[in-house]
Amino acid sequence: MNVSEIERREHYLNISYGIRSWLFTTDHKRIAWLYLLSVTLFFFIGGFFATLIRLELLTPQGDLVQSETYNKLFTMHGVTMIFFFLIPSIPAVLGNFLVPMMIGARDLAFPRLNLASWYIFILGGAFTLMAAAAGGVDTGWTFYTPYSSIYSNTHVVLTVVGIFITGFSSILTGLNFIVTIHKMRAPGMTWFRLPLFIWAHYATSIIFILGTPVIAITLLLVGLERIFRLGIFDPSLGGDPVLFQHLFWFYSHPAVYIMVLPAMGVVSELIACFSRKRIFGYSIVAFASLGIAVIGFLVWGHHMFVSGQSVHAGMVFSFLSMVVAIPSAIKVFNWTATLYKGSISYDAPMLYALGFIGLFTMGGLTGLFLATLGINVHVHDTYFVIAHFHYIMVGGSVMGYLGGIHFWWPKMTGRRYPEGWARLAALIIFLGFNLTFFPQFVLGYIGMPRRYHVYPPEFQVLNVMSTAGASILAVGYLLPLTYLIWSLRYGAVAGRNPWGARGLEWQTPSPPPTENFERTPIVTEGAYAYEKDPEEIYPLGKPAHV
Amino acid sequence: MNLGFPLFPEQASTMASRVDALFFFLVAVSVFFVALIFLAIFVFAVKYRRRSEDERPRPIEGNFWLEIFWSAIPLGLTMVMFVWGAIIYFDIYNPPNDALEISIVGRQWMWKAQHAEGQREINELHVPVGQAVKLTMTSEDVIHDVFLPAFRIKQDVLPGRYTTLWFQASKPGEYPLLCSQYCGTQHSGMVGRVVVLQPAEFEKWLSGGATGMSMVDLGESLFQRFGCNTCHRVGGTSQGPSLVGLFGKTVQLQGGKTVAANEDYIRESILDPRAKVVAGYQPIMPTFKGLISEEGILQLIAYIKSLHTVERKASQK
Repeated sequence: MNVSEIERREHYLNISYGIRSWLFTTDHKRIAWLYLLSVTLFFFIGGFFATLIRLELLTPQGDLVQSETYNKLFTMHGVTMIFFFLIPSIPAVLGNFLVPMMIGARDLAFPRLNLASWYIFILGGAFTLMAAAAGGVDTGWTFYTPYSSIYSNTHVVLTVVGIFITGFSSILTGLNFIVTIHKMRAPGMTWFRLPLFIWAHYATSIIFILGTPVIAITLLLVGLERIFRLGIFDPSLGGDPVLFQHLFWFYSHPAVYIMVLPAMGVVSELIACFSRKRIFGYSIVAFASLGIAVIGFLVWGHHMFVSGQSVHAGMVFSFLSMVVAIPSAIKVFNWTATLYKGSISYDAPMLYALGFIGLFTMGGLTGLFLATLGINVHVHDTYFVIAHFHYIMVGGSVMGYLGGIHFWWPKMTGRRYPEGWARLAALIIFLGFNLTFFPQFVLGYIGMPRRYHVYPPEFQVLNVMSTAGASILAVGYLLPLTYLIWSLRYGAVAGRNPWGARGLEWQTPSPPPTENFERTPIVTEGAYAYEKDPEEIYPLGKPAHV
Repeated sequence: MNLGFPLFPEQASTMASRVDALFFFLVAVSVFFVALIFLAIFVFAVKYRRRSEDERPRPIEGNFWLEIFWSAIPLGLTMVMFVWGAIIYFDIYNPPNDALEISIVGRQWMWKAQHAEGQREINELHVPVGQAVKLTMTSEDVIHDVFLPAFRIKQDVLPGRYTTLWFQASKPGEYPLLCSQYCGTQHSGMVGRVVVLQPAEFEKWLSGGATGMSMVDLGESLFQRFGCNTCHRVGGTSQGPSLVGLFGKTVQLQGGKTVAANEDYIRESILDPRAKVVAGYQPIMPTFKGLISEEGILQLIAYIKSLHTVERKASQK
């Protein structure tokens, strides 16, 4: 197939043109692009804040920015990255594009609701960016009371309104995914033939629906206490500041799994495809996702071991946090075992997947340090915590996201990205990441608290290492931005199935037609039947147009 | 002390080596698993690299017993971490009875400490080596956190209630005293030092430069000044119960409930007297909210605690 053939064939990208055809689209594939553009924008805004933070920390004195500004920078970095990049990234971009395609559906169950979700997301993002432009917010992304509800003089209300609104986008997306996965699977696509990506998104959707309302109500209460002096969290008004922490973490701990479960789903797809094997222990990995989603709701108190909660509550939360680590460990072992006797190739997505396993393993193991009560007391609120959750969220989620973007790029655009550059970028990101965040484990244990604008001079060497790593990481992130845009015009034509994958989404042309499949697919095998030909797995169904 | 580039914090309390031992156990477990996973990935990646484009590896569905094996071993190891960590945690938050008591009040952005003998200090905390010290802490505004890295302990300091933390310093010297709960603009400036002295030096420090008034004396003078003694006389009056021997007792409240008379109860009764009314009394006490500082309340509590001794003296007479 050559370029002109892509141009001639009608598909979801060229079926209509003009800005209205995008802003009023109900095609899940086009909505995925709307999200891709928005979360990329937020990623680089959040990255800009991170750059300033790392530059400030190059020296122990507060010399680049003032304390007020520094506090706003780390707050805006956290808020932007968590609520406007990490949470929507994989579900709203790759999930939107792939959930219907992987199960053989024409679209999500509620296409107009899907478009509404994007508008809600943008509205929430606009409020939060407005807060940043108006002078920012300095509470930390955790909004601890009574600082946020009474003492801070910054734009708390505007920011929490933004997050409140954006939450509805998550809830509606979760609802859409759950209904779609239940009701719209193609003939023969049984639950245990579903790709693990779908299982991961199903588990994530449960958290979206059950958790997000709690953060919405909590942040609303912060706003109400701030405006009307309702005594909910401030003790001088009769409230309880620790209540806020319970409510906040009841959502925000499961939110960590919102960020990492979809990445695990991506990694399962990549490991299977690039080793041409079924995922070892498929059903165990599928149930591990659900197990993480359920137990993940019961561990919020491990963020509060030094908050003054009872010692016995601390013990229960520590125990449950140990238990929730097990399904993640099982997944790592199963991915590794999948490589055994496989046929492994090292295309860029696989490099990201292997990088994910390594960094997620380190993030998970350091999570055990934090779940261990006696150690947590010392490292709580230090750089050890910062290092740990960046290993999970950047080493895990962002690696998974980038691996997924590279893997499905040919499907989304019909073009291939330049493989050499992509491998180089993956390597740079892996090295830059470790140089940035590994020194922070040491910094934390020797006692550097988080959110410190000024720090003792003896911590400088490790901070300089971290900042050096961050600049390498920045190069690593700018590379894909450049060559992926370049490939839209100059990339080689990809064809239907450039990776020889067995998933249903690869059995239709790239880019896919608006209705996804020319014929209703029939499924006779699980998503990873690499020992069989695709034609064997998916016999031709009746034409989809009828 | 200042090596320029430390990679490990000083051990200056009895807890430090216990926390570090557990830490090194977890480091060992982590290094083992990271090495195992990295090695497995590396070996498989080399050994099973794709040699020709038409390779079709034989499918392997999984292995039930292998799954049990690699679930049970991590579970067992995490249970060791859990129990070991819980034992240390329990000890960190259960002070011995004979601990030296110091009260701490945090505010944006400083630490104020007051010793039982009346000695006050700001952003410094002098303590004797080899003796258990218990901090009773509260905040005047937002949440702060006392973090003593050389002692491997920390505890949030909350407005509106007391939290406690104890330690026994094992080595004379100066160690950082940090705020580790984000508390606003000058959060990173809310730092000071703990000065650990030999017991004799500590005694000398305590007696130097003080007002001569102990916490109990200061509390007693507040008790007179605010007219507390008009109702809460020894033996009690019809307006208010006696406070002698109150601390640590269980108090019968109106409506049949009971409450343990601890620091939080006394604080609440001063600031919000109608929240918990003692059985047999009318809710007539006015609030002292806004009239008395957090330090003043701590002095009153010290005085009320000392009334045990008064009772004993009274019975001897």
